[in-house]
Amino acid sequence: MREITFGAAVNEAIAEEMRLDDRVIILGEDVAEAGTPFKVLSGLVEEFGTQRVVDTPISEPGFTGIAVGAAMTGLRPIVDLMFGDFLFLIMDQLCNQAAKTHYMSGGKLNVPMVLRTNMGATRRSAAQHSQSLHALVAHIPGLKVAMPSSAYEAKGLMKTAIRDNNPVVIFEDKLMYNDKAKVPEEEYLINFGEAEVLHSGKDITLIATSSMVQQAELAAKSLAEKNISAEVIDPRTISPLDETTIINSVKKTSHAIVIDEGHKNFGITAEIAARISEKAFYYLDAPVQRLGAMDVPVPFSPALEDLTVPTAQQIHNRAVMILERKI
Amino acid sequence: MSNIKDNRESYLQMFRQMVRIRAFEEQANQLYLAAKMPGLTHMYIGQEAVAVGICEALSSNDKITSTHRGHGHCVAKGANFKQMFCELLGKEEGYCRGKGGSMHIADQANGNLGANAIVGGSAGIATGAALSAKQLGSNEVSVCFFGDGALGQGLLYETMNMAALWKLPVIYACENNLYGEYTKVEEMAAGNLLARAEGFGIESFEVDGQDVLAVNALTQELVERARKGHGPFFILLNTYRYHGHHVGDINREYYRSKEEETTWKRDRDPITNFTKLLLEKKISTTEELKSIEHQIETEAEEAVNYALNAAWPDASEVDMHVFASN
Repeated sequence: MREITFGAAVNEAIAEEMRLDDRVIILGEDVAEAGTPFKVLSGLVEEFGTQRVVDTPISEPGFTGIAVGAAMTGLRPIVDLMFGDFLFLIMDQLCNQAAKTHYMSGGKLNVPMVLRTNMGATRRSAAQHSQSLHALVAHIPGLKVAMPSSAYEAKGLMKTAIRDNNPVVIFEDKLMYNDKAKVPEEEYLINFGEAEVLHSGKDITLIATSSMVQQAELAAKSLAEKNISAEVIDPRTISPLDETTIINSVKKTSHAIVIDEGHKNFGITAEIAARISEKAFYYLDAPVQRLGAMDVPVPFSPALEDLTVPTAQQIHNRAVMILERKI
Repeated sequence: MSNIKDNRESYLQMFRQMVRIRAFEEQANQLYLAAKMPGLTHMYIGQEAVAVGICEALSSNDKITSTHRGHGHCVAKGANFKQMFCELLGKEEGYCRGKGGSMHIADQANGNLGANAIVGGSAGIATGAALSAKQLGSNEVSVCFFGDGALGQGLLYETMNMAALWKLPVIYACENNLYGEYTKVEEMAAGNLLARAEGFGIESFEVDGQDVLAVNALTQELVERARKGHGPFFILLNTYRYHGHHVGDINREYYRSKEEETTWKRDRDPITNFTKLLLEKKISTTEELKSIEHQIETEAEEAVNYALNAAWPDASEVDMHVFASN
């Protein structure tokens, strides 16, 4: 099977859906000729024109709000939010308007829009261009949240998101855009709420999202060398969350570490750990462990920034500590 | 104004709709005072000519977005009393199955995309509806209703800028009722209000918001031009809110005088003045107008009684409609 990059997979997903459905449009800063700063959307304006690939002013709340209204009245907009950190600018339009419209209207109005944005530190971009803020939106009822961890997932989840009748926020790890993976040429979708067991194991469950999936897989390999069999689960969407796959795995392994690049406090790791405690407590042989981004603003200096994000080595070490009953 | 609705039926329709709004609001206020309504509500009384003058220039497919003071827009766009009162009381038969309430009534069948409890929060939605109209070639126009208070919100200017850049068929209708909550507009908004929209190259107009014919004539002209791709437009409608910011805002003298309220009600009431015009121009008779008022009052009372006795939503509704099905 051919291999393409994560960025190319996103591009291909959007292009395919735009060919299938004239109602799909893109709104955002420098999405047309520039193809975004990461060049993920390059070529789309040439195929679909400036009516459907629309460069907006630097007005994130404004174009997000316009997308909400357009979605309510027949279009299926994809909003391109250049950095995940800009979510703070659009919170009202995303969380008060888009997320609540279907419910507040008693089911009469729909907001079929996709907000694609990014996450991930260690790009030396400092505190306002490096955050992983998915927990913030996953907290809001009415929003779906997808977190692809590979080119394969990026394409399948994006296509599903565009066809969904609800607001969907997709977080792409900006350090992963050039990573290649096998991506089928034929069409496929990835259902929301279905986790992927990437690596089967019996001793410990590693639940990892997005950028942390690669780290978890590396840890699983190094643990295997020590005869520790780790199961790696990628939830793929955190809202909805495939609780069943996670719980069943923990019941089998009796040990779990949750790894996510959002801040540790009040984040995805806390949510998943709590659910494991609620549903699989009596199967556990050790407390559920969590690895998340440090609870500091992301520092600029490489010497500091690299300390803030969980690594494969940390996952490995924590797994060993759990299994050796040192926790 | 060449496009004034000049036939008798149109005039009577505007009279009827203004009276409907007032009757609805009087009943809503009574429901609050009698402690029969959950929560608070914001009265539109005094501003009827704005909603009616504008909505009577729209077709039912045209879209509006409304505000926390939104009952007037909802009635003017064609909603019925029963479903509205049911919504205000949180009943299952309400427009939003009781899940929205006064500040979120939406009536999509008549093009009302919803009231909004965030001041200025629907500027994007109205502008987005205009983007849909343009992209889908539907020939629809959207009207964004907002109060003078929303002039303080950045979203409004971001969306007006994009509407102007992309020539979208949207009309920004600023209802200046002189107060944002409990504060005078001149303490909150600097400079020339019209110039704010003109700065984006948006053609802007000021009109007496108490004169339903003037509002209607201007809106008809702008709607027609917006359909031809000449939009967007901005209208500043000078009007007055008879009640407080919300129904609980009873003692208002610290921010506005009783004399001011009395003067507006006595000299500039949109229904009283339109009634005089209908009689002077012999378009209608006192008997006919009284009969219309009586019918509407009866209808409002019946709708209130219906809503009071209507069923609450079933408990199973609470987690329904969080997500739309695919």
